[in-house]
Amino acid sequence: MTAKVADPKTVLLRADQLRRQIGDDFRDRIVSSLYADARRIADRSVRVGAEQKWDWDQKVDRIVTSPVLGLPIMLGILALVFWITIVGANYPSQMLAEFFFVVESTAVALFTDWGVPAWITGFIWNGVFRGLSWVVSVMLPPMAIFFPMFTILEDLGYLPRVAFNLDWLFRKSGAHGKQALTMAMGFGCNAAGVTATRVIDSPRERLIAILTNNFVPCNGRFPTLIMLATIFVAAAFPPAFASFAAAGAVVGVVLIGVGFTLLASWLLARTVLQGEASAFTLELPPYRRPSILRILYTSLIDRTIFVLWRAIMTAAPAGAVIWILANINIAGVSLAQRSADFLDLLGFAIGLDGVILLAYVIAIPANEIVVPTMLMIYMGVGMMSDVTSYDEIRALLVEQQGWTMLTAINLMLFSLLHNPCATTIITIWKETRSAKWTTIGALMPLAFAFAVTFAVATLWRMIA
Amino acid sequence: MTPTAAAHSNCETCPAHAQLAQMGVSLGKFDYLVALAGNPNTGKSSVFNALTGLRQHVGNWTGKTVMRAEGGYAFQTLRYKLVDLPGTYSLLSASEDEEISRNFLLFGRPDCTVVVVDATALERNLNLVLQVMEITDRVVVCVNLMDEARRKGIEVDVRSLSRDLGVPAVPTVARTKEGLHELVQTIADLISGTVISKPVHPSHPPELESAVDELVPLIEQSAPGLPNARWVALRLLDGDHKVRQALLSGELADLESQQSAPMEEISSVVALQGRQ
Repeated sequence: MTAKVADPKTVLLRADQLRRQIGDDFRDRIVSSLYADARRIADRSVRVGAEQKWDWDQKVDRIVTSPVLGLPIMLGILALVFWITIVGANYPSQMLAEFFFVVESTAVALFTDWGVPAWITGFIWNGVFRGLSWVVSVMLPPMAIFFPMFTILEDLGYLPRVAFNLDWLFRKSGAHGKQALTMAMGFGCNAAGVTATRVIDSPRERLIAILTNNFVPCNGRFPTLIMLATIFVAAAFPPAFASFAAAGAVVGVVLIGVGFTLLASWLLARTVLQGEASAFTLELPPYRRPSILRILYTSLIDRTIFVLWRAIMTAAPAGAVIWILANINIAGVSLAQRSADFLDLLGFAIGLDGVILLAYVIAIPANEIVVPTMLMIYMGVGMMSDVTSYDEIRALLVEQQGWTMLTAINLMLFSLLHNPCATTIITIWKETRSAKWTTIGALMPLAFAFAVTFAVATLWRMIA
Repeated sequence: MTPTAAAHSNCETCPAHAQLAQMGVSLGKFDYLVALAGNPNTGKSSVFNALTGLRQHVGNWTGKTVMRAEGGYAFQTLRYKLVDLPGTYSLLSASEDEEISRNFLLFGRPDCTVVVVDATALERNLNLVLQVMEITDRVVVCVNLMDEARRKGIEVDVRSLSRDLGVPAVPTVARTKEGLHELVQTIADLISGTVISKPVHPSHPPELESAVDELVPLIEQSAPGLPNARWVALRLLDGDHKVRQALLSGELADLESQQSAPMEEISSVVALQGRQ
């Protein structure tokens, strides 16, 4: 067109010259003139009525995010949720277990009448079916209570406040404040928590969030914690306080988990993942009235059924594996017994035993089935024993298997800290596409678990 | 202010009512491209869903993990494609979300950009409106959450707001669809030129303005047809790397060819799934 076509380089050169003339505070001046304009225009068009209504959101926020009351309120709510879950789940769990036991024994009797070979009956009913019924009766009631309550808190808008309360802790440990949110997601499912770390822009801080997500107990692990808290911790208290003690113990475990999240984040941020913490804006959305139907839908269909289905899909093959291990004998000793004996020394060193470790190996696909697996190996499939209540589980563990308070505490710690389940490991790989970080994500928690339980066991034995 | 119920019944009887149709994903061709911007938590998604219906394209922005949703609606025989930009507070710093929004406003060159603002927090929301207005003239401000504002005793004079900004502003309650008809009418009017927008630009100190004035003609020469040389000048003066790159690589110069590059489609999913 014209001869005077400016070359981009010339433009940039001139721009740089002008930039130097104006000075470094260009951004500040632009932003302040922008803000001044926004304020001026807003002032002219907004009238705040004289009868300004009571602003509930602000009043509530001032309390639940206050530096003094924020954390205690959060812990209180958490304890209340666990307490309701523990109290509410106990009875339905027993009913389900009894129901499945009746189905199992009736079916076994029928199969025997029909002349079906004992190994088929045993494999199907004492193996696969028992694995399934354990998972359903141990997991369904707590989930059906815990998930809707968690969803209510989510819907209400409380979770961003939790992130707000915890933000400074994460920043101090060199991680991103939004990690509080992904951690909260981890309570539902660690794999979901790992995926949720996409909200963190900085790759360094995102990796920290991914690698440490496993330290909060997911739903698959809550039933284990709740059962142990009920059987061991609650039993040490008078019945009137038992459920409160159990809830308190679960809260304690969760706090230890948060503590380890922060500790591991801090270690990572000081060693392999160094860098500056980045700033972010966290908006506290207005409190909204939760819509009951949607809560029931998301918590029961999306979460409960989803997690339960996954557990069932892994429990059936696990039940089969356990039955095979328990029923194939080499030189008169079952494979299960041999593997457990093999792991026993290591188990003892960390205050557990070989059976528990074997259960953890079998339960790598899904943490949900650790307790059922353990109980099935203990009982020895074939020797039928009707274990339908927490009292009977307690009797089995304490009187027959020699569990102590140390076993219970260390099992809770191990359950909290050990390696993530297979689904989470796969998710870490999908999100990082790195064999190195996936390996670290799987092994770092395991190292923590062994170190902590070993330390506790050693200390305990020195004192006791 | 018309009460919700009255607004509804007015809409039902209004002859134009039948002319608005949600098109969801069935938009092979569209006549106009509309971008939807706004701060997080302003009900942007409610506006989007109310206009496009439940079915929409959900995918990712090319090469990013940020979700991109687009849908469409037909109004008075014309078809509009609506692209939901990530919720951002500003377009100044370089977070991934802000970069996506900014690039779409620059390179996608929408026919109209609707900025959804929260009536209960107008001042903070206006920061984004002012920044969008620096990039494009064709802006409609959708003052949403009017019901929450009323509940809190906050009165927003939308006419005065519109006059001060120099662009049309429409009060809405997206959840109950109040004001949405006026919104689509305003979008149509702005695109057809029935309504003319003259956005105000933030009044920067004189030495900044003279620097901008000097750069603008240079930029216009090196990238002819660029509609927002002023914004580019401001970004260059701020030392914005991305904009420097875009100018050097000629990206700014061949804006026309970049126009609304088709999105890399990953899935067409029913809404509700993931549109939180």
